[in-house]
Amino acid sequence: MAAELHVELVAADRSVWSGEATLVVARTASGDIGVMPGHQPLLGVLESGPVMIRTSDGGTVVAAVHGGFVSFADNKLSLLAEIAELSDEIDVQRAERALERAKSDADASAERRADVRLRAVATR
Amino acid sequence: MGAQLRVYKRRIKSVTATKKITKAMEMIAASRVVKAQRKVTASTPYATELTRAVTAVGTGSNTNHPLTTEPETATRTAVLLLTSDRGLAGAFNSNAIKAAEKLTARLEAEGKEVEIYIVGRRGVAHYNFRERKIAEQWTGFTDEPTYADAKKVAGPLIEAIEKDSAEGGVDELHIVYTEFISMMTQSAVDGRLLPLSLEEVAEEAKPKGGEILPLYDFEPSAEDVLDALLPRYVESRIYNALLQSAASKHAATRRAMKSATDNAGDLINSLSRLANAARQAEITQEISEIVGGTAALADATAGSDK
Repeated sequence: MAAELHVELVAADRSVWSGEATLVVARTASGDIGVMPGHQPLLGVLESGPVMIRTSDGGTVVAAVHGGFVSFADNKLSLLAEIAELSDEIDVQRAERALERAKSDADASAERRADVRLRAVATR
Repeated sequence: MGAQLRVYKRRIKSVTATKKITKAMEMIAASRVVKAQRKVTASTPYATELTRAVTAVGTGSNTNHPLTTEPETATRTAVLLLTSDRGLAGAFNSNAIKAAEKLTARLEAEGKEVEIYIVGRRGVAHYNFRERKIAEQWTGFTDEPTYADAKKVAGPLIEAIEKDSAEGGVDELHIVYTEFISMMTQSAVDGRLLPLSLEEVAEEAKPKGGEILPLYDFEPSAEDVLDALLPRYVESRIYNALLQSAASKHAATRRAMKSATDNAGDLINSLSRLANAARQAEITQEISEIVGGTAALADATAGSDK
């Protein structure tokens, strides 16, 4: 059995996903970072972007994360985000509409949020 | 029907209507407590992880951040008071306000200037009525607070604490809210949010395992992580306080409405007894009138016979 790490993806008001994984790729302030089992203890600031979790049964879970933190210690990885959504939960049409609207309103943060959602869906 | 009896009947009817209303309010509050409690539980993982992370940075690096270092002499402090928008919750709001007043008095005795920030219409009304200055106020979400609301509240507070106290900023941040202990017990508590005493936070994080925290690798740097982490920490603490306050308010409402319903029941009971007595008195009077009438009539006929 390949080595595993335990992942907890929590948003401010709920626990989004938790389970065993073999690889987690997230975007920190200084670039993409991949965490595998046995990684050095790490605490980093997350940028808005998709987070890819390769589960131990070979599947892939993708989530859109809007700012937050990643911390890894004792083979336990915690992804903390104010808002986090799994790609299956994202309504593509709604996100596309939100993107259009944000573009026409020139609302940079809304545009970024919608863009992150769509990117998370695209990598699904 | 006699006048007396009619008055009793009317009062019984109106108390019965009131009882129905308070009973409904009690049941609504009971279901809301459960919902609010569930929200408190749902927000716990985030708060726990965040506390762990803050402890890790605080103990794993020797950075000096304005939000963790205590100023030599604190001159200005901010007090955040959480009340509710609506009343009918027994002593819920007055307890919270009293706790805030006590804290304010204590801080002022230490020679600090106190700025008050209030959540909830009840607290705002209390301070406005006494024409006291409120630094900032928020209303309209105390029944079901969301994380966005907590962010809205935390924003100006974090801004104030980052400013120098000479320029209208504050050195300390205290929070007064009602802690939800159980369905029957809620108590108003006050605590200092900032500057953060890391020992206390570490103490809080410890019971969950008691493990020694590993040496972390910070990405991009310990200062940057702490910079990003602390505002989130404050937000999550305020969010938790808002949720607990909401749960407490609903529990207090439930209790107040339960005793109102009980009292209405007692009142109906005693009123029905009075109404029964009045009815009985009326009947007795009628009988004695009839008897008296017949006797008088009998007397009169007996007299004419002679």
